[in-house]
Amino acid sequence: MNEARFRWRTLFLLGYLLFALLPIYWMVNMSFKTNQEILASFTLLPQQFTLANYATIFTDASWYSGYINSLIYVAINMVISIAVALPAAYAFSRYSFIGDKHVFFWLLTNRMTPPAVFLLPFFQLYTTLGLMDTHIAVALAHLVFNVPLAVWILEGFMSGIPREIDETAYIDGYSFPRFFFTIFLPLIKSGVGVAAFFCFMFSWVELLLARTLTSVDAKPIVSVMTRTVSASGMDWAVLAAAGTLTILPGAVVIWFVRHYIAKGFAMGRV
Amino acid sequence: MQLTLEGVTKRVGAAMHLYPLDFALQPHAVTVLLGATQAGKTTLMRLMAGLDVPSQGRVLVDGDNVTGRPVRERNVAMVYQQFINYPSLRVADNIASPLKLRGGLDRATIDQRVRELAAKLHIDPFLDRLPAELSGGQQQRVALARALAKEAPLMLLDEPLVNLDYKLREELREELSALFASGDSTVVYATTEPTEALLLGGYTAVLDAGELLQYGPTAEVFHRPQSLRVARAFSDPPINLLAGSVVSSGIQLAAEVPLAVPLAAAKTLADVTERSVTVGIRAGALRVQAQPGDVALTGRVELAEISGSDTFVHVAAAVGPLVAQLTGVHYFELGAAISLYLDPAQLYVFDARGALLIAPAFPGAR
Repeated sequence: MNEARFRWRTLFLLGYLLFALLPIYWMVNMSFKTNQEILASFTLLPQQFTLANYATIFTDASWYSGYINSLIYVAINMVISIAVALPAAYAFSRYSFIGDKHVFFWLLTNRMTPPAVFLLPFFQLYTTLGLMDTHIAVALAHLVFNVPLAVWILEGFMSGIPREIDETAYIDGYSFPRFFFTIFLPLIKSGVGVAAFFCFMFSWVELLLARTLTSVDAKPIVSVMTRTVSASGMDWAVLAAAGTLTILPGAVVIWFVRHYIAKGFAMGRV
Repeated sequence: MQLTLEGVTKRVGAAMHLYPLDFALQPHAVTVLLGATQAGKTTLMRLMAGLDVPSQGRVLVDGDNVTGRPVRERNVAMVYQQFINYPSLRVADNIASPLKLRGGLDRATIDQRVRELAAKLHIDPFLDRLPAELSGGQQQRVALARALAKEAPLMLLDEPLVNLDYKLREELREELSALFASGDSTVVYATTEPTEALLLGGYTAVLDAGELLQYGPTAEVFHRPQSLRVARAFSDPPINLLAGSVVSSGIQLAAEVPLAVPLAAAKTLADVTERSVTVGIRAGALRVQAQPGDVALTGRVELAEISGSDTFVHVAAAVGPLVAQLTGVHYFELGAAISLYLDPAQLYVFDARGALLIAPAFPGAR
């Protein structure tokens, strides 16, 4: 009886795992094939294993600059988000001021709005200011979504630190900046990691704003990937290789923050 | 250091946390803030430290008005009920942090001072560990060491031993008493336990529901509570309170039990205009063996609790419910008839408004 249940559970989980990983497997599989093989036959493993697709991406500037552009604005966005969210989260967690709950909720509502709503105002504003097609433009646009999230996550972690630690530090004679950077920040470093991770994830996969606000100089990889249709048809293999490379940074970041995320769940946020 | 509070109040929203109080702290001595939870001990302590600003009134240090001056600019040390240390710093750095921040001390001096304090508080083997790697008692010792390192003229301890187990609490309390005695600081120590106040000695301030009821030498406050509320707050187990009325021979309790009062006390009673009084009997003043001159109070045993070396007997007496604290282990059958004896000289008598009329004489009384 027990054994049978165990077997069913195992089967179910294996089935689920297969279901979840199949698309990723298929993409990785395709990235090592030639276009011909993809279109002509159904093969579970590449028959003519090739790295040519990856070579194309790493040598063609129009491809690899897409990755560089994306990484630049994602990094700028992460740095600004955390730098802005830290003091805001500290204020929300430590002080009570008029309308604090409302402001906190209003911040979160920004996160609930679809990015498309902000598209037109951003486009108009950036055209006027001459910010179109720059990395900072995309980074700034993404702040609307990432700062509220970062504030929310960080506030949760900060509220888990007893206020008495702050007070003890003031009693001992710490100045605020010194306390914040030498005592407080080390205590919430996992929160900073989790917040940075979520900023990264949003900014990295966001397509609409990133594509609309850039054209050539700051064109992100997600946007580059949409132009693989050419006169000679679809370049499936290179597209698959590009897709595989898009997953990698996220996987690396998740690997680094995996313990912190578990902690974030335990602390009631994330 | 002389700390004085003048007409200080604290209001949070519509709730009054502290009613106006004037309080001149006894310098270079231990003052125990005694009161139940919610009595305002922590609020008062935070005002003394400068962590909070009073809603009204002034806080003076050596005659200098420091109301509203941030805690960073005052010289105080504080230990909380929770074990508060800097989790990311080693124990040694934790203790050293107030010394480092003060400046003007070289490394060797700081190091030596940290070692001295650690040795005094028996945490010297753990100097290289992080606070989270220590037991609760050791963590609180680290917090105490850090507070002592500052050598602040005002040291505040907010129920520092509450979160420790019984054995550790006794041990640490003894050590604290010794440390306070050797130091020159003015110490304020908040506790909910009357026994702790008695063990620490010094001075006691009784707080109840945001009011400062009485302040004076601990023994005096204990033996001469100015009011019923003080007696109630400063009594563990709770003081037995019985309704009585003044008659020519002394006091008569319910069920017509007469209590003769000592001659000196009788004079006080003669001046009382209102006839009804409240009689207070400490649980320890009741005994099961009669002695000459004792008054007998009869009743039935409802419950007998044996706590280590003492037995607490709850009795439904004719005069009302009573709790007697008997030394030693005694066994009682539930529902059995019992007579408790009381020396009338051990009576507290409060008038109808709760003010003290008669208190037993105590050694060293003025």
